Amino acid sequence: MDFNDTPAEAAFRAEARAWLAAHAPAHELAAGIKIPDTEEAARGRAWMRELCDGGWSGLTFPKALGGRGLTGIEAVIFSEEESRYQLPKGPFTTIGTGMALPVIAKHGNDAQRAQFIEPTLKGDLTWCQLFSEPSAGSDLANMRTKAVRADDGSGDWIVNGQKVWSSWAHLTDWGILVVRTDPTVPKHKGLTFFAVDMKTPGIETRPIRQISGMSEFNETFLTDVRIPDANRIGAIGEGWACCMTVLMGERLGSGAHRSGVEPLIDMAGRTPSDDGATMLDDRAVRLALADALAEEQGERFFQARLRTMVSKGENPGALAGMIKLAYAGRQQKVLGLGMELRGLDAIAADPADSATADLQYDYIYSTVMRIAGGADEVLRNQIAERVLNMPGEVRMDKDVPFEQLK
Amino acid sequence: MDFDLSDEQKMLADQARGLLAERTPFDRLRTLIDSGAEWDEPLWRELGQMGFLGANIPQEFGGLGMSELDLGVIGQELGRVNAAVPFFSSIVLAADAIRLAGTTAQKVEWLPRLASGEAIACFASAEGPGPLLGQGVVLAEGKLAGTKHPVADAGIATLAVVQVGDGLALVRLDQPGVTRTRLDSFDQLRAHYRIDFADAVAEPLPGSGVLARLLDRAAVQAAFEAVGGSEACLAMGRDYAMGRQMFGRPLAGYQAIKHKLADVAVAIELAKSNAYFAGWAAECAADDLPGAAAAARLTAIKAFEMAARENLQVHGGIGYTFEANCHFYYRRERMLAVIVGNRGYWADRLLNAQPGAQGQAHSTEKAA
Repeated sequence: MDFNDTPAEAAFRAEARAWLAAHAPAHELAAGIKIPDTEEAARGRAWMRELCDGGWSGLTFPKALGGRGLTGIEAVIFSEEESRYQLPKGPFTTIGTGMALPVIAKHGNDAQRAQFIEPTLKGDLTWCQLFSEPSAGSDLANMRTKAVRADDGSGDWIVNGQKVWSSWAHLTDWGILVVRTDPTVPKHKGLTFFAVDMKTPGIETRPIRQISGMSEFNETFLTDVRIPDANRIGAIGEGWACCMTVLMGERLGSGAHRSGVEPLIDMAGRTPSDDGATMLDDRAVRLALADALAEEQGERFFQARLRTMVSKGENPGALAGMIKLAYAGRQQKVLGLGMELRGLDAIAADPADSATADLQYDYIYSTVMRIAGGADEVLRNQIAERVLNMPGEVRMDKDVPFEQLK
Repeated sequence: MDFDLSDEQKMLADQARGLLAERTPFDRLRTLIDSGAEWDEPLWRELGQMGFLGANIPQEFGGLGMSELDLGVIGQELGRVNAAVPFFSSIVLAADAIRLAGTTAQKVEWLPRLASGEAIACFASAEGPGPLLGQGVVLAEGKLAGTKHPVADAGIATLAVVQVGDGLALVRLDQPGVTRTRLDSFDQLRAHYRIDFADAVAEPLPGSGVLARLLDRAAVQAAFEAVGGSEACLAMGRDYAMGRQMFGRPLAGYQAIKHKLADVAVAIELAKSNAYFAGWAAECAADDLPGAAAAARLTAIKAFEMAARENLQVHGGIGYTFEANCHFYYRRERMLAVIVGNRGYWADRLLNAQPGAQGQAHSTEKAA
């Protein structure tokens, strides 16, 4: 066991660190200042371009497809170093590189790879994800948005339906879209995967007014949207397999590690308590913060164990979901504690107190962490079934044609 | 980075697990309790012959000279079966104290005998309810006076490492100034004693300022033992739920059970990951040890308490019987929860390892 970098890893880290020191500062976002989302997305594209020009995009992507063909460990090292800077990264960049490209690389054809991979790596093409629907969340395969062949013999598809929770759909160029092409077969079998140009007539995105006050998620309505068959990724009916490729990419995550607990320890130390000391001297606060910090450290080392598995060619499978499950629940709990130790001021702070404003926002946003990308309950089922080999859930829809489901 | 046990460590674990599975099945534990035995002596002798007891003791003092991580791997297996042996007292605490604070002569005299298992040492620190480190026992002119209790394994030990204030002393237990009285032990597989010292002959371990480090290292080992126990509880609860039919299907199919055990599984992996890092840091990153040991300690206590409680809960009524095996862990878990200081001590130790997180009133840790 050795937690330190090997000589080769250390050399790679030094190379990454030197390049980032020369190029990242110019792209950093100023702390505490909100910029319009159009500007944030534009700056995200510029950073993608910089990465691509410097040879730092598509690190784990095969060389033949324009990537660097490196190992997962090297990608982790790069993202650890990259996370030292406040860079304009978000769904508008990661959905393309982390979701669209792996599917296109694995399930697409050569023409699609040529069309999409390089422009995406360069930041010229950004992507949104059109998967979830009002009645297809954790039960994702329950999608109702449907595509039928146009009756003009063109082979084009006509899509009608509604997608939801599509991050940044209003500002991205293309979408990865899964729709039902055959309602006569059981639900997982009748889905097909497409790339869709978001400027196609009939696509309307409406921002969702979220509980945070922000609107980065959208509802996306598709009305007689025409998609050429050339933009179908994979075979007809292969949509669910494509979704699995996307979701596997989502789980292993990046190596970026920014502590969620340390800022709260810091805040406790700056918050007065009744007896003239600080909240960091309060026994209950100390116990709770230490518990959270201990778990956070455990997660970091668990992540290291999973990366070691990957580097040895093993698949961590549902073990990776443990990290998200632990992280999301703890964040909500410890951020809630952070508000309590701040006292009444947590509810309405001085306008200059950006730390409390961040705390309020993060507490609201922690609800998203527990739902998106595998809800707590879905992850617990997966851990029980795939790690502990306990029985699967009772399914009423198994082997029933989709059109016969209630 | 290679953050996994080595092939040799995995083999060591397999070897220990194989031996222990054979020698200490649950019926053996029941027999030991029913007979009022203080310990499983044949098992201890065998562990000594296999070299397990001297795993981390330097070769020059009769051990195998392996790492803290190797010792942890063995401790994890002892925890998995609830072994009734004085491993934690004699090896993890007493031998390590001699190693950290003893003179060469003291090490030469004791470590080889402790490494082989021929001699057993106990570790005496508490003096009744409250702190792990009592303050009433005094050492003056080579004579020790006062009372330590409870002390695990004192009945079978020939030597006690006694904490006196901020220091440590060696006391032979077979002398007139020492009286040992057995107490009822909550953990029925580890005998506990009260020891009265009436001007008992004692020699100090001269190394100073080692207590915190000794406890850090012991906390890492306690974490490994707790992880072993937690894994056993998770497997037991899961297996029971798989075999038990409820309302026409396996109990294990209900989300109430699946989700409970999934949470236990997550807690165990976090604790195990912290234990691995702390075991590695004990050898290779001394500056990281206090924080790493504290994180391992806190997550291991949490994992084992969840695992021991939920295992019994999943069993339902049968779990409350002596014939079921949940109680061994349910009791052992509480002992491990207090064996090297309470949560408050380790919370302070962890926060104090963070730059700027000392607070005003906790800048020096009070002894657990």
